[in-house]
Amino acid sequence: MAEQERFAELAMEHMPSLYTAALRMTRNAADAEDLVQETYLKAYRAFGSFTEGTNLRAWLYRILTNTYINSYRAAKRRPEATDVEDVEELYLYHRLGAHDGAGMSAEEEALRGFTDDEVKGAIEALPENFRIAVLLADVEGFSYKEIADITGVPIGTVMSRIHRGRRALQKTLHDFAQTRGLVSAGPATS
Amino acid sequence: MVDEGPGCGGEAFGVDCEEAVRQLYVYLDGELTQERRREIAVHLDACGPCAGAVGFEAELRTVISSRCKDRVPDSLIQRVAAAIAEEQARQRSGS
Ligand SMILES: [Zn+2]
Repeated sequence: MAEQERFAELAMEHMPSLYTAALRMTRNAADAEDLVQETYLKAYRAFGSFTEGTNLRAWLYRILTNTYINSYRAAKRRPEATDVEDVEELYLYHRLGAHDGAGMSAEEEALRGFTDDEVKGAIEALPENFRIAVLLADVEGFSYKEIADITGVPIGTVMSRIHRGRRALQKTLHDFAQTRGLVSAGPATS
Repeated sequence: MVDEGPGCGGEAFGVDCEEAVRQLYVYLDGELTQERRREIAVHLDACGPCAGAVGFEAELRTVISSRCKDRVPDSLIQRVAAAIAEEQARQRSGS
């Protein structure tokens, strides 16, 4: 069936970003690989119902996200959203150094010091709903509307999860920076 | 003392700093209406501290997306291709 040949042609190129998302969701490589394989099989079987010319990437992410939520998340729900301390806007910006405003600032320099493992770890430490929302927005670059379609929740909920998730992410990154002695303990006061 | 955003302390063209900071993410996400976007942009042009905060958040976004890439194992690509081929064969023999 030519349609199915077309599937391989169109869908396989999305595997690197789907695999990255699967790793952040499941937080382990074996589950991530199983999740990606299951996603591709489901997508292949359902490809007849996909309308070419519409957003294939978002369609694949919807299958990935639903499969994850239905099959993989059971054992590792923590942390819950209520476990996360909510912090103010610009939490990290206010704590990463002097604001002199000229050129590349000290705090932007400091950001570059974060390692891949720290950034991945900070995302994986987020409660599930925040983690998926931040992942889809900031790593995968989906719009609020696309994320609402992928996750099946209203746009207002998507925005609130992204924003709270980002603040929590900043708190975790700050904790990492503090552990490594990159910043002092207290908030910048001036 | 409560620190309210980066704080230029003033209002630039109808949008104050508190408002600009509150809209910052939606602004960076490109999800504001055109008119609202323009109002915030006008504030950012006139307010160094808020512009600095936006620059920082934009840089953070870049750092997050660029540090979050993982290489797909070749074995997974092969596994998925094999699973699809098997499914395809099953569908053909079944129909
Ligand atoms: Zn301002």
